[in-house]
Amino acid sequence: MTPPPGSLLTAENLRKAYGPTTALDGAEFSIHPGEVVAVMGPSGSGKSTLLHCLAGIVTPDSGSITYDGRELSAMSDAQRSALRRSEFGFVFQFGQLVPELTCVENVALPLRLNGTSRKEAERAALSWMARLEVDDLAKKRPGEVSGGQGQRVAVARSLVSGPRVLFADEPTGALDSLNGERVMELFTEAARSANAAVVLVTHEARVAAYSDREIVVRDGRSRDMERLV
Amino acid sequence: MSIGHTLLGLLESGPRHGYDLKRAFDEKFGHDRPLHYGQVYSTMSRLLKNGLVEVDGIEAGGGPERKRYAITDAGVTDVERWLATPEKPEPYLQSTLYTKVVLALLTHRDAADILDTQRSEHLRSMRILTDRKRNGDLADQLVCDHALFHLEADLRWLELTAARLDKLRAAVTR
Repeated sequence: MTPPPGSLLTAENLRKAYGPTTALDGAEFSIHPGEVVAVMGPSGSGKSTLLHCLAGIVTPDSGSITYDGRELSAMSDAQRSALRRSEFGFVFQFGQLVPELTCVENVALPLRLNGTSRKEAERAALSWMARLEVDDLAKKRPGEVSGGQGQRVAVARSLVSGPRVLFADEPTGALDSLNGERVMELFTEAARSANAAVVLVTHEARVAAYSDREIVVRDGRSRDMERLV
Repeated sequence: MSIGHTLLGLLESGPRHGYDLKRAFDEKFGHDRPLHYGQVYSTMSRLLKNGLVEVDGIEAGGGPERKRYAITDAGVTDVERWLATPEKPEPYLQSTLYTKVVLALLTHRDAADILDTQRSEHLRSMRILTDRKRNGDLADQLVCDHALFHLEADLRWLELTAARLDKLRAAVTR
C-alpha cells in the first residue's frame, strides 16, 4: 500500500506488543502538512503508543512509518534522533520545562542544542512566546508561572525550531477548561500559521474539537472517521 | 425556550412595538433562529388575552402591528416564576441512541459503528461551535459553551456505552 498522496507522515499496519499485551494491532495513520488530527480513544487503547511510534520514539514490531518519503525503520538511531530534533516538536501533559532555566531559556533550548547562538535563539524564542502571549514571562522560572502559562511556554518551545510535525499528548490534561481552551486556541493558531501538522492525542472532545478530523483508536486498531463517514 | 416568557422579559425594561420586540429578541437570542413576525404577533395576542401585557398605545395610521405593548404586574410575576423554575433536563438523544445501540446488538450489527459515527457527527458540531466561539463576542462564547458542554456530555455517554458494549450485548441477548 502506498501513502495517500500529499501525506507527510503515514503509518501502515503497525503492530506493537509489550510482553503479552498488544498495544497496536494493525493501526494506520496519515496526516497532511498543516493538518490537525486528533487521535481519540479510551485509556489503554493504544493512542500514546501510536504517537510514540509515529514520532520514532518507540519502534513498532512490524508495519511501516513513512515521513516525507523516508521509511523510519530504515534510519539509524542517530538519524531518527536528528529527525526528532529538527523536524518534530513535542508537547506533553506536564513536566517538560527545565526548572533551573528561565522560560525564555527553555523555549530557546532546542535551538541552542542545534548550535544557534544564544542571542539569535532567544530572539526567536521571544517571538514565539509573544504569539503564545507569554513573552512577559521570559525571565521567570517554570516554578513561578501557572499551569496554563507553563503549557504555553512549552508550546512555544515545541514550535521554535520550525518543526513540520508537532506531537501533543494530552496537552491540556492538567489544566482547567478555560486555560485548556486558551492553550488549544493559541496552539492550533500558531501551528496553522507555521503550516506544521499536529498529531493531537486526547480523550477530551472539547480539545479534539480544535482538530480538522479525528481518528479513533480502540483495542490497538485505528479508524479514520473521515474515510468511514 | 419559551418565546412568550422571553418577550415578556424584554418588555420589563419598557413598552415596545412588536417590531422592536422581534429585533431585540433576534439580536440577543435569535442567532440560530430569528423569530417570524407571525410568531411575535400570535405570542403577543396570547399574552394580551392572558392579561400579561396590555396595549400601551397605537400609532396613528398603523395597523395592528403598530401597537405598543407594556408588561402588566401579572406579567412581571409570570416572568419571575419562569426564571425561578429549573428546566427539565431532556434525555432525548440518549433514548434514541440507546434504542439504536440495543437494536444493533439484537440484530448482530456492529453497535460500535453506530457510536463511532455518532461521535464523529458530534465532533463535527463541536468544531463548528468552537470556530464560532473563536470569532465571536462574549455572548457568542457563552451560548456556544452551553451547547458544547451538552455535546460533551453526550459524548461521554457514547464513550461509556462503547466501553460497556460487551456487557450490554450479554444483557439484551440473554
